[in-house]
Amino acid sequence: MSGEVQGPEAGRADGEYAGLGDWTPEALGVAGAVRPVVAAPHPVLSRAGETVDPTSAETVRLAADLIATMRVSPGCVGLAAPQVGVSARVFAVDVTGHPKAVTVHGTFVLCNATVVEATRWKAGREGCMSVPDLTGDVKRASRLVVEGELPGTGAPVRLVTDGFEARALQHEIDHCAGLLFLDRVAGAHAVYQRKVYL
Amino acid sequence: MNELAITVIGRDRPGIVADVAEVLSRLGANLTDSTMTRLGGHFAMTLICVGPAAAEVEAALAPLAAEGRLLATVRAVTPDGETALRGEPYVMAVHGADRMGIVAAMTRVLADFGGNVTDLSTRLTGALYVVVAEVDLPPGVAGELAGRLERVAAELGVEVTLRPADPDLL
Repeated sequence: MSGEVQGPEAGRADGEYAGLGDWTPEALGVAGAVRPVVAAPHPVLSRAGETVDPTSAETVRLAADLIATMRVSPGCVGLAAPQVGVSARVFAVDVTGHPKAVTVHGTFVLCNATVVEATRWKAGREGCMSVPDLTGDVKRASRLVVEGELPGTGAPVRLVTDGFEARALQHEIDHCAGLLFLDRVAGAHAVYQRKVYL
Repeated sequence: MNELAITVIGRDRPGIVADVAEVLSRLGANLTDSTMTRLGGHFAMTLICVGPAAAEVEAALAPLAAEGRLLATVRAVTPDGETALRGEPYVMAVHGADRMGIVAAMTRVLADFGGNVTDLSTRLTGALYVVVAEVDLPPGVAGELAGRLERVAAELGVEVTLRPADPDLL
């Protein structure tokens, strides 16, 4: 599990993958609704999400809802379907404007995403909306290649990213696999009480 | 519900945690926050438990202590309620040649700036002494504090770094 490099989706040729192009949330064509965010120990957070049909109306609505929920949550840079109680491999990410971000792909949603390359592992402390009272030290790849599909068109996407966006993607892909940062903490002294910022 | 503070210390061996945790579990004492770690060849446990009376837990742990393997203490404590941790989280790391008073001097500087130590561990290995502390600081004091820490560290002949431990919220 940890750091395992997974193969690309079966049966897809390398040349079929592209970047996000000019994808924006408006391409979904539906207004998202804000959904309640569930917290551990809710069982949905520990269950591997189902692979979805990215072109289905249900997935498109879920994608829009994830973006809407992410946008109303202060400081939230990513949200995965299990966090809104849906056991599915869909997540939204947006690290725009974050001081630690280097490469930024804006707001996007990926379905059935997998990590295909992960290198330059670095420790960092992370927190999660679904584990509101704790943070933990977790090693993540700071260079990352991810493949997935866009909601709506189902177009295959390959994203190459780094730093903070790479960390966010790995955190969300973990959620889709039923893993929390708690499953990857560096050691017995690597979980901390989350502080309330003044 | 009684809240109990329990300390157990003994020569390290496999099974200490299991032995103590089994006793607590049989009594219906719910283990909440704890740290258990090896310190200089001893295994030290500091536990907060909720459940039975202190005397009952003390009596149940007595057989483990009677064999001279473990030293256990049990005290009833008053829950301090939900005090939110406030401040900016930093990590202070100190290392250098061992001498008296390093922890005292460095943590006094933290206290003078209103810093609240939330976790601290020290290690002595050969001549090398290491202190790592998690500390919550009032906003805006880190720069001046770092300067003071460096001056005190220089007097002690040790190195110090103070760095933010702010988590990435994902």
